[in-house]
Amino acid sequence: MRTPLLLDIAADACSERPAVGGRADGMDFAAYRARASRVAAWLTGKGKANTAFLGMNGDALPVLLFASGMAGTPFVPLNYRLADADLNKLVARTAPAVLIADDDMLPRIVSVDGVELVARSDFEAEFLQGELPEPVLLDEAQNDTAVLLFTSGTTGEPKAAVLRHGNLTSYVMSTVEFLGAGEDEAALVSVPSYHIAGISAILTAAYGGRRIVYLPAFTAEDWVATAAREGITHAMVVPTMLDRILDVMAATGETLPALRALSYGGGKMPEPVIARALDMLPHVAFVNAYGLTETSSTIALLDAEDHRAAFASDDPAVRRRIASVGQPLPSVELEIRREDGSCCAPGEHGEIHVRGEQVSGEYLHKKAIADDGWFATNDAGWLDAGGYLFVEGRLDDVIVRGGENISPGEIEDVLRGFDDIADCAVLGIPCEKWGEKVVAVIVSRSGAPDTEAMAAMIKAKLRSTKTPEQWFLRKELPYNETGKLLRRILKAELADEVCAG
Amino acid sequence: MQLKPGSRWKSAVCDAQLVVVRPPNAAGELQCGGAPVLPIDDASAPSGNVSADFAEGVMIGKRYTDEASGIEVLGAKAGKGSLAFNGVAMTVKGAKPLPASD
Repeated sequence: MRTPLLLDIAADACSERPAVGGRADGMDFAAYRARASRVAAWLTGKGKANTAFLGMNGDALPVLLFASGMAGTPFVPLNYRLADADLNKLVARTAPAVLIADDDMLPRIVSVDGVELVARSDFEAEFLQGELPEPVLLDEAQNDTAVLLFTSGTTGEPKAAVLRHGNLTSYVMSTVEFLGAGEDEAALVSVPSYHIAGISAILTAAYGGRRIVYLPAFTAEDWVATAAREGITHAMVVPTMLDRILDVMAATGETLPALRALSYGGGKMPEPVIARALDMLPHVAFVNAYGLTETSSTIALLDAEDHRAAFASDDPAVRRRIASVGQPLPSVELEIRREDGSCCAPGEHGEIHVRGEQVSGEYLHKKAIADDGWFATNDAGWLDAGGYLFVEGRLDDVIVRGGENISPGEIEDVLRGFDDIADCAVLGIPCEKWGEKVVAVIVSRSGAPDTEAMAAMIKAKLRSTKTPEQWFLRKELPYNETGKLLRRILKAELADEVCAG
Repeated sequence: MQLKPGSRWKSAVCDAQLVVVRPPNAAGELQCGGAPVLPIDDASAPSGNVSADFAEGVMIGKRYTDEASGIEVLGAKAGKGSLAFNGVAMTVKGAKPLPASD
């Protein structure tokens, strides 16, 4: 099954329903499909293998995604936050391609054989503005690769994750009810196009019949103003965004009465932030979602009922589920495995493995999926007795101290319980005696943290081997724009200082 | 009748439109309102009567399955006829919708 089918059946069933853009000037489903089909015909005429995009969020993006699917050219969104040299390496890897780029980003691109540059302003003038064109009828394309997404490349050269039409449509159709959204519903998308959630948001909204509204780039002020103006009912945010959104709401008095559902994911949400959000937005259903690029987005979620149950419970085992990512989707299988491949018991820590039609587990020129369909996520985690999944971050981040595996996540959770801790990261730094030692990097609200009390609490709640041996004070921690803590950058900064000692 | 995943069909006797989500594990005929369905691009308008035995309707957004063959079909437009595979009535798949997560 191919992604354009999702738009096709929605446009046939509700052609006049608003699909993309603002209430005043948006496109309905008929216009969405018609414009995408014109773009597809143009792409087909270019005869290039791939369709690349470098730019901020906007209405051109979903049109391009569906057009690429219609034309059978994999859609390749590029990360405009990369340094020019790294960006140009990726541009070269998209060849042969048509590359649609924001006008102000064009000068950054070094011309390369096989990549035809198109300014976004020209593209939009031709395909998004002016009278609604007649749709073009195209033969169904054959290429089954829908999207190539470059991973962030923290472990070396970025890998191009391959998402096939079958993976994406399977994800959409097994998690979303066709036209299940009410006519008044609208989703605000602020994650960038080169993030899997930016891609899946387009597909789930089209199939669900929900209008999508874009923020060109995230600022909390714009987010709140747009949500209020457009009557936004649904949105996905990463943890760093939510806290800032709540600050703006507190400052402006905006209550966002139309908002019904907020999902969050892409990193660990500090419990005080989610507690504050539940308090300030009592009419909103919160959903925590966990997924990877290689799994076409969400594979587990903690729904609104789970949030309420966790916060209301006196049972510590239920209470702590607020820090979980909930239960696996019914359409995927999920297991925690030991290093030898056997399954972990409930409560036992291991590597998260997943299997299902939405799981691609594939990179260009390299399949990372086992013959039986299981994909090793490289994420560490565990399942509780009720089947709730706790994710502890990348397996590579697990600290191995004197042969003992220590998850930074559980230590960070204890630290976040201190009011003085605004943010924190626990890392393993190479050391001769233990192989690695545990160190903590903290952002203190007071500027004078009581690290002795913190160490005592960790020792009491966990055990002495998990107690940080050194403490570092920072004004802030490094994050990428989708809220992922850049542990490797921190680690590299600290390695010299620590091991000198 | 090539009931491939993603293939689109329409009822010969009512307004229902369908998408095959999962193919059957053996060849067979998809029927709506008691009559074989037609490819979506078939030019003919619905004609004839919905059979009284298959008149419970197709609902938009619902999924219909036939357990024996494994075929699964999405209602893409509603109609008065109900679905059958080789004469056996298909049943609505009751799945609780998940909350939006992206």
